[in-house]
Amino acid sequence: MSANRRIYNKLLAATCLTIFLSGGLGACSKKNEQDGDKIIHFGNSGEPKSLDPYIATGTWEHQIISDMFEGLTANAADGKTVSGMATSWTTSPDGLVWTFKLRDAKWSDGVPVTADDFVYGWQRLLTMKPPTQYASMLFLVKNAEEVFDGKLPKDTLGIKALDPKTVQVTLEHPASYLLDFLTHPITYPVPKHVVEKYGDNWINPEHIVVNGAYKLEQWSPNDFIYVAKNPKYYDAKNVCLEGVYYYPTQDDIAAERRVKTDRLDIHTNFGGSRREEIDRTMPGYARVSDYNSITYYIFNTKKKPFNDPRVREALSLAIDREFIANEILKGGQKPAYSLVPKGIFNYDFEKVHQDWENMPRAQKLELARKLLKEAGYGPGHPLDFTFSYRNSRDNPRIAPVVQQNWRDIGRDWVNVHIVGNDVQINYDKMQRGDFEVGDAGWVADFNDARNFLYAFETSAGEMNYGKYSNPEFDTYLKQSDFEKDANKRKELIEKAEKIVLKDNAFIPIYFDSSRNLVNPNITGWVDNPNDYHRTKYLCTK
Amino acid sequence: MLSFALKRLLVAIPTMFIIIAMAFFLMRLAPGSPFDSERAMSPEIRQLVMQHYGLDKPLTVQFFEYLKGLFVFDLGPSLIYKNQNVSDIIGNGFPVSITIGLLALSLAIFIGVPLGLIAALNQNKIQDYSVMAVAMAGICIPTFVTGPLLALFFGVKLGWLPTAGLDLGEMTFETLLLPVVTLALPQIAIISRLVRSSTIEVLSSNFIRTARAKGLPDSIVLVKHALRASLLPLVSYLGPACAGLITGSVVIENVFQLPGIGRNFVTSALQRDYPVVMAVVILYASLIIILNLIADIIYGMLDPKVTYE
Repeated sequence: MSANRRIYNKLLAATCLTIFLSGGLGACSKKNEQDGDKIIHFGNSGEPKSLDPYIATGTWEHQIISDMFEGLTANAADGKTVSGMATSWTTSPDGLVWTFKLRDAKWSDGVPVTADDFVYGWQRLLTMKPPTQYASMLFLVKNAEEVFDGKLPKDTLGIKALDPKTVQVTLEHPASYLLDFLTHPITYPVPKHVVEKYGDNWINPEHIVVNGAYKLEQWSPNDFIYVAKNPKYYDAKNVCLEGVYYYPTQDDIAAERRVKTDRLDIHTNFGGSRREEIDRTMPGYARVSDYNSITYYIFNTKKKPFNDPRVREALSLAIDREFIANEILKGGQKPAYSLVPKGIFNYDFEKVHQDWENMPRAQKLELARKLLKEAGYGPGHPLDFTFSYRNSRDNPRIAPVVQQNWRDIGRDWVNVHIVGNDVQINYDKMQRGDFEVGDAGWVADFNDARNFLYAFETSAGEMNYGKYSNPEFDTYLKQSDFEKDANKRKELIEKAEKIVLKDNAFIPIYFDSSRNLVNPNITGWVDNPNDYHRTKYLCTK
Repeated sequence: MLSFALKRLLVAIPTMFIIIAMAFFLMRLAPGSPFDSERAMSPEIRQLVMQHYGLDKPLTVQFFEYLKGLFVFDLGPSLIYKNQNVSDIIGNGFPVSITIGLLALSLAIFIGVPLGLIAALNQNKIQDYSVMAVAMAGICIPTFVTGPLLALFFGVKLGWLPTAGLDLGEMTFETLLLPVVTLALPQIAIISRLVRSSTIEVLSSNFIRTARAKGLPDSIVLVKHALRASLLPLVSYLGPACAGLITGSVVIENVFQLPGIGRNFVTSALQRDYPVVMAVVILYASLIIILNLIADIIYGMLDPKVTYE
């Protein structure tokens, strides 16, 4: 009996411990800041893989990184390019050599930001071990590709420090978009004196040194990241918010509840189908705008029957883009009949689109049947293929609609199987050419039309999923690279886009929208097609 | 009993080995790699990256290198989170997961056992039917439905509790209440049904009739004699219950956006972050093995018919 009593006593003790634990937890006070403190809570949709500007690739990572670092140029509140670390710049007549004058800025530890930090940074980007995914973006700089491949020493790279406050950049070819490109994190400087001392750990909160408006203070993985105002920032007097808590809010619905209950001030995404509900219950929160992003379906042009442009055009004709954008997505997305989105600078969006854009659907289907017949398909010999799509966000909702759209050509004309894949696997299959028709998306890395077209160049390698190749298209793009005149360059790119559309290398489906939830008490938030929202412009009422 | 425990732990070694091997090879058989994204890598860069992480070696070599690392508790670097080691990731997430799990288990026992007793003592009466109806609902409705519903009601409608997340890294009563309750609900249901049926059975057995015949009051009969016997099935259920809580926490941590390892498990599996997935599998497996062992030991203490031979 006594043994049993002992067991009961133990159980009782365990019980008391648990109650004490839960009671004890209750005693922890809420740490949220008092009203009036200029601190906001930002739902950032993902956990950063890294905060090193050269390793990070996601928009959610760049949101935090661009708070902490500033390149030669920077983004205004409306996403447009303005001066950053550089105050002025000059270009050589051939457009190849750019000279930037740096402002008197300091790193957060008081050390001046010098031209050397840029030179060191760009060399580091190209020689990192393991190689970083985005390094190839810098290949427009002279010798960058050779340095990356180890064929040339890093000091031959086309960036020089003429003096501590002058950076000279030499390019492989003129690039009128260079200033916009220089807002991308892979071009940011890094504090040479800190990176050399701490190696890859320089980015940890205890070591990090920044030249931007905010400094990393705390990183609790999968929980939150706190950045606090950097008093050494050159424009600190115009920075309103004292700090930002970033949360990796992957679940949009859960994040929406947090915004609704004032636990979050901002969340960077919501599903289009939530729009009406949000407008009804949280008026003024939904901020929807055009976004430099396209969702398209790529044809594997090396595989039969998709090596036949008539088949490709027929399938593109059959898609009811208006229904998909307005009835399925319902979140401000626009039907797409071209490749380069509306928000791209120095580009005439209206000028390039499929000729049959405004044709009634019945007529489009008629035309599709005609093309398929010419290509040798029809009743008795249906077009049989597999469409693989990404199992993420809205894509699974669209896939069956598209399947039906294709069937609309005629029940016994087209026989399509749809297969959903995890996002990474879908991209992996497409990069290996293991697909027939595949779903993909592209978000602009920097605001330039070239950024959308390069994925169809013959030289793009794995990036050119469908292995599309047209020498005329390649020539126009190459010419545009060497064209200094912005207007002439635009015309060349337009010609190239018209070719890729005429060849129907892909099916444009829709241009995405940016959909943010922003508490109306936040000021300084400007909707823009880049969806860049630098915290230094934000404030609270 | 010590030899029993040691024997069980020895048996656990081959079990763990099989689990590790299966997880390792299954994970690698899955298509995709941690380095796939919409921005393609050239084959040369991919080769260099794979080389850096030793992923270019034959799979069996990688497996034995992984095992070697395990012996010195080196779980390797994360392939996705560049500045974190796997042990950091697990170390950060584990306290959250274990707190939620233990609190949910305690809550489930504290509510489930009395509910089961009430139902058993009032067999086929209104109390019994209502408890069992609630239990049935608790088993049927998955946590990814109850979680958001509770968050909507108590968080959004009433505004009493936060709907998701911790309080800036701290586990407070308010932030944990909804996740713990959600996680506990199905367990409360299962436990109350278990206790009800076993209590009904025990109450009709001979030794209870004898106790009553001695003239003992009902309360003593119940607490001293019946309860001990009727809790036995509950103890043997605790092992599986822990497994249920662990798998449940995968859902709960996503619904309530908590920084536990369950959430890591899902994202890492999707991103093919092999070392993190392996570490979580090993952790879950060893937890289940240990908890099952503890449940068996407690069972023996409670049941005089069981001896450790």
